[in-house]
Amino acid sequence: MENRTFYNEILIDHNQHPGHKHELEGANLVLEGVNPSCGDDIFLHLKVEDGKIVDGSFVGDGCAISQASADMMLDLVIGKSTEEAKRLAGIFKRMIHGEISEEELDELEEAGALQDIAHMPARVKCAMLGWRTMNEMLEE
Amino acid sequence: MATATEKWNIEDIRRDFPLLQNTDYAYLDNAATSQKPVQVLDAVRDFYEKKNANPFRGLYPLSEEATEAYEDARKTVKDFIHAASTEEIIFTRNASESLNLVAYSLGSILFQPGDEVVVSIAEHHSNMLPWRQAAERAGAKVVYLECADDGTFTEEMLCSVLTERTRLVAITQVSNVFGRENDIHRFAEVCHERGIVIVADGAQSVPHMAVDVQKLDVDFLAFSGHKMLAPDGIGVLYAKKKWLKKMPPFLSGGEMIESVTRDKVIYAELPHKFEAGTVNAGGAVGLAEAIRYMQRLGFDWIEEREQALTAFAYERMKEIPSVHIIGSENPADHHGILTFTVDGVHPHDVSEILSASKIAVRAGHHCAQPLMQQLKVGSTTRASLMFYNTEEEILRFTEALGQVRRVMGYGE
Repeated sequence: MENRTFYNEILIDHNQHPGHKHELEGANLVLEGVNPSCGDDIFLHLKVEDGKIVDGSFVGDGCAISQASADMMLDLVIGKSTEEAKRLAGIFKRMIHGEISEEELDELEEAGALQDIAHMPARVKCAMLGWRTMNEMLEE
Repeated sequence: MATATEKWNIEDIRRDFPLLQNTDYAYLDNAATSQKPVQVLDAVRDFYEKKNANPFRGLYPLSEEATEAYEDARKTVKDFIHAASTEEIIFTRNASESLNLVAYSLGSILFQPGDEVVVSIAEHHSNMLPWRQAAERAGAKVVYLECADDGTFTEEMLCSVLTERTRLVAITQVSNVFGRENDIHRFAEVCHERGIVIVADGAQSVPHMAVDVQKLDVDFLAFSGHKMLAPDGIGVLYAKKKWLKKMPPFLSGGEMIESVTRDKVIYAELPHKFEAGTVNAGGAVGLAEAIRYMQRLGFDWIEEREQALTAFAYERMKEIPSVHIIGSENPADHHGILTFTVDGVHPHDVSEILSASKIAVRAGHHCAQPLMQQLKVGSTTRASLMFYNTEEEILRFTEALGQVRRVMGYGE
């Protein structure tokens, strides 16, 4: 069967071998993110020091998109300032809605692999789960 | 159409369904909603083109024709489910509204503080949440009737939760997750021996099997038109007249009264007391035509065909080692409903991958979250069949299903 889905290698790799899916000792921010209609349910852990995300992880269950997206997000934001993480979250959200430039897409690194979700309205919330949860944590 | 004694030609039947002709979907989400035959679409159109006026209101022939079309539809439904009279047929929007109506209205006169309402754990949220709310309003409590892992409810299991405080049992005739049929007739006997009311959810049974409410002896039966070839927005509540006479109205408003003064109101006769506001006459006409369509096919034929399709799909799915079907190991217990998991792949990903091959299935909790929790699965994927499905569609489905793990990078 021809694979006509958007399940590309990057997404599949992050789903099968997530680098950040584990508990995190010393996390000072923890928040649960849920998509009630699909049952995606993650706990995002962040360790923030002096306005910088020094470490992060997630645990939970959900579809490949929700899990891979959270993992790719953590790859991108660990080591960055919280302000920068929020800026990237804004870019990611605009990507998911199909409204970004090539330069901005480059900034998202592997998370840009989810660009095609823009054509799958039903899966947008899966891709956004990790980012939405992080934004909520950082806004507080 | 050919005569009833002949086997129907499936291609002829499929030509009656414009959506099956206009798209190349293998539509296997029939437990969510069914497709509509041209006969139903034409009947609705014909009503609006030739008979549309506000039923019951106008004192001119057109309004009378609309009233007649609406009341004829009620008679068709009454005959279809073998109710004792048309007064026992209430038109609603769907099964959910029907169940909310009973729970709200009957609950307000039946439940006292400390009473118990038994609800099966396999209920769709629409036959669970209204009872929880009604119990809460009355200070009564909900007691869950647990099922075996394969979805079975036995008489013994039911009896074990009934107490002298039990006032009502709410249970589905066919589960939208297991596809399993409950012995509603026997359960009704058990309830009535103890003076307990029984409410059955017929949303997944009435479209697929001959249902006789008097033989079942249920007090209430709810079902939706849209799952049985009719348009959206028309549903039915069957209720024994003895209950309807006692129950207060659910919704109030137009055309459900006899007379209203500043501080007094006399409600209309049954069933109009429970049909406030302008009714969905077009929908009722569509439902009546859908019933006639299914009656022409004959429920013997429908049941036999759906049974054969279910067994065919079940066996093909069983050949895929990573696929696990929930419920009975006997395909005959599934009534067209095959809910399953795939090792290592989330149901939404399963559904997405199938959708790339134009196969429509349902993924999620199927509005039965407490059941999913009991089965210890977060969510599942469900393929559900209707007589118009074909073995070719099922093979397309099982072939794509066999590829799901490979697409997700499991290399098999």
